[in-house]
Amino acid sequence: MNAIEFAKVTLTYGGRRVLSDVSFSIPQGAFVGLLGANGAGKTTMLRAILGLIKPAGGAISVLDKPPTRGNADIGYMPQARRALAQTGISGLDFVLIAAGGHRWGWPVASATEKEAAWKALEAVGASDLARRPLTELSGGERQRILIAQALIGDPKLLLLDEPLISLDAAHQRTIIDLVHEIGERLGIAVLFCSHEINPLLRAVDRVLYLGNGKAAIGSVDEVINGPVLSELYGTSINVVRVAGRIFVMADDVELEGEAHVHDL
Amino acid sequence: MSTIFDYEFMRNAFYACTVVGIVAGAVGYFLVLRGQTFAGHALAHVGFPGATGAGLVGLSPFFGLTVFTVIAGIGIGLLGERAHRDVAIGIVLTLSLGLGLLFLHFYTAFASQATNVLFGNVLGINLRTVIVLAVLAVAILVALVLIARPLLFASLQPELAEARGVPINLVSTLFMVLVAFTTSEAVQIVGVLLVFALMVAPAATALRLTQGVLAGLAVSMVLAVTIAWISLSLAYLTDWPTSFWITALGTSAYLVSGIAQRSMARRQAADGRS
Repeated sequence: MNAIEFAKVTLTYGGRRVLSDVSFSIPQGAFVGLLGANGAGKTTMLRAILGLIKPAGGAISVLDKPPTRGNADIGYMPQARRALAQTGISGLDFVLIAAGGHRWGWPVASATEKEAAWKALEAVGASDLARRPLTELSGGERQRILIAQALIGDPKLLLLDEPLISLDAAHQRTIIDLVHEIGERLGIAVLFCSHEINPLLRAVDRVLYLGNGKAAIGSVDEVINGPVLSELYGTSINVVRVAGRIFVMADDVELEGEAHVHDL
Repeated sequence: MSTIFDYEFMRNAFYACTVVGIVAGAVGYFLVLRGQTFAGHALAHVGFPGATGAGLVGLSPFFGLTVFTVIAGIGIGLLGERAHRDVAIGIVLTLSLGLGLLFLHFYTAFASQATNVLFGNVLGINLRTVIVLAVLAVAILVALVLIARPLLFASLQPELAEARGVPINLVSTLFMVLVAFTTSEAVQIVGVLLVFALMVAPAATALRLTQGVLAGLAVSMVLAVTIAWISLSLAYLTDWPTSFWITALGTSAYLVSGIAQRSMARRQAADGRS
């Protein structure tokens, strides 16, 4: 079974063509890094898989079904909002709002919802963080809570939008290892969105690289090289490998601007 | 010995403050949580021409105010993110006050009441108005309870809520309607210009001091009622306007909570280091 399949898909955002005629498939159980510069269409692609926007052309299939809004088989972690860090509510309460948030009424969690929340928190190793308010958690700890929230409902596919943003190298590694482990344990596909390649190198089975309305999929070596990226960016690209790290350069300017030298 | 409660207008004022404090505290909590406080402020202003316009055509100002705020609330709800533009809100706000002024110009007899609409006149509330406020308050609270769960989800994780199938536009529009009704209630106490003091100051203070939604809501409501009660008492003792005291106490509570929050954070940081 394919977790995600795109057949000649065209996506638009605000009247602009973000993807045109893109085809690829991701098998169930694969850990895929979704890469590309800011504005390359990563979030738009996730929203199309979630059934929140309709493709302007082509067909998307998610777990062998057309995308539908409210698909309980997809676990989704949106990009973290700054406002969240100021909320005094606890990790447990935060996970719980996703457990029953689609029902009307007063937010008192049922026993089943509490059980689901604890299970999800346990899966990310955040049971001991659950009672603490989000304000007191570090960036990495907060990301764990967000991943737990995405795991509510036993998803068969996990979509994570920039989980590494504003994390230091050590925390980035923990989050990647955690997601990798969860994906393998549950046997589900993970689409891990990031604008940095290097932290993901060790973990991903393959990368899906977006640029210039096009997409390239394959192993790291197959995709992240001069010819393929030059085609994607529409300009001459050099890929330089130094000490196990990859630098993507255009006219000697590093495109992966977020790559930090302290990331070993 | 005469007490503050010997006067009927004082008793009514306390009733009204209790009712409005509870509603403003509850709805205000979600307003602050959603980062829509400025929208609440704007709704009140849009109510001003409603009140003066109603006076012009011989209707009750409260009725006109409520109709205008509710229509504006639906508008803000439907516009969604697009309504969060400082310039657009500011311009609508100014136009509203301008229109209100125009209606006053045509209906000069209403001018004496204009100050009441702008700054509130809690001591002028009669028992009938208290009952109207109370009935409306119960309706607002029931509706808030009914939408609380998806509202919380849509407020804290809008993208995820949308993906999970929560009708976030419907939820936010319903909420803005509740904000509109709450605003017209609060205007009866503090007036169009000072609605922030009752709807936002206690709620923002509560959010700083509490963890957990239920605790936050409770503190917000208690704080709003307490501030209103103390303000009434101070107004009685000093003969200064109640609305002034509500703004002063609301601001003080907010400032003190900021200091408390910072010292708590410092203590925690110190604990963490030791």
